[in-house]
Amino acid sequence: MGFDLHVSKRLGDAEIALRLEAGDGLTVLFGPSGAGKTSVLHMVAGLLRPDRGHIRVGGVELFGDGIDVPPERRRAGYVFQEARLFPHLKVAANLRYGAGRNAAIEEVAQLLDIAHLLDRWPRTLSGGEAKRVAIGRALLSDPAFLLLDEPTASLDRGRAQEVERAILDIRDRLRLPILMVTHDRAQAERLATTMVEIDPMRT
Amino acid sequence: MHGLTAEEWEIVALSLRVGVVATLAALPVAFAIAWLLARGRFPGKILIEAIVYLPLVVPPVVTGWFLLVAFAPGGPFGFLSNGVLFRWTGAAIAAGIMALPLMVRAIRLSIEAVDRRLEGAARTLGAGPWRVFWTITLPLSLPGLLAGTVLGFARSLGEFGATITFVSNVPGQTQTLPLAIYAALQRPDGDAIALRLSALSVAVALAALVASELLARRMRAAMVHGV
Repeated sequence: MGFDLHVSKRLGDAEIALRLEAGDGLTVLFGPSGAGKTSVLHMVAGLLRPDRGHIRVGGVELFGDGIDVPPERRRAGYVFQEARLFPHLKVAANLRYGAGRNAAIEEVAQLLDIAHLLDRWPRTLSGGEAKRVAIGRALLSDPAFLLLDEPTASLDRGRAQEVERAILDIRDRLRLPILMVTHDRAQAERLATTMVEIDPMRT
Repeated sequence: MHGLTAEEWEIVALSLRVGVVATLAALPVAFAIAWLLARGRFPGKILIEAIVYLPLVVPPVVTGWFLLVAFAPGGPFGFLSNGVLFRWTGAAIAAGIMALPLMVRAIRLSIEAVDRRLEGAARTLGAGPWRVFWTITLPLSLPGLLAGTVLGFARSLGEFGATITFVSNVPGQTQTLPLAIYAALQRPDGDAIALRLSALSVAVALAALVASELLARRMRAAMVHGV
């Protein structure tokens, strides 16, 4: 069981409305910028409250019917569009922030090729490095599902392919439901198990 | 300048004690108010804001007189009058009240400068509101917190009008550096003493400012380059 969303939210002049039922695997949310894709991810993560509707992931009710699980208990592995690394913590401490005592930091660092960056400050990382650290940090927080917002947007081709491979690996080996936002149709077709288009609805 | 007399040492020690106690006592209050103003959304916020900043613009003698009325026997805090009136604790209260607006302003700016998206990221990583506060918000607002503290301390050392109105000019109790300078200037032969005390207060203030600047630099360096 993957994502079961039925949400609407008014933000300024725009009305975001989405109905989505997707099975396991990787669901791509596809649409032009301004359609509210990131807002949908924020709602699933608990950072933005829908006006109406329900949010269920993996059969667990996160929002709706009087339920509103706070973000820290939703177990969302959210990789934001900007890396959002904590600037006052080194890479290792960033990775450990949401991790349990026995988290496999070494293993994840290997998977994402960031083992050599552990002692660095976020400021000194390139865009691709920061993005991979952000993915690692989300993976290590023992997530029940992943939210990826344009995970390859700021990367060059080579790095983008590496990140795509890592995402496929996560999808197929860790079997985590993934909700991913992209505006790149080719990438959407390469990675998606389910593809959902979102249109801007203005009133 | 020759060595300090015992009397002058006493004045310096008293000034530092009043300044440190006033600043440390005002700090948590200033932080709470700054947090409320930076993050809170409630009706009457603008009024709270105005009241907090009031000591900055009202004549200090008025603030001192209000304090006197409040702490005098029969006033709302009259039960404290024995421990406060004509005592160094009263001087610390006056200094703290006068320093509060400056501290609130500096701390508020630093809280507002914290990137709230980082707090959101921390929440999704499993951190509840308190952990987010201690591990993200507080460390990131530390430079402003430090600046506010030093500013408040410097303001406390220079406090004059509210103090002399509230707790008078009692040597050994409420006679901090500025009040001692004022007392010296009242005497026909006091110029030399006033000069020495003035030089002293400049030295103390300068030391505080330099120390804070060094500390702030080291902290910025640690955050930016990682030492």
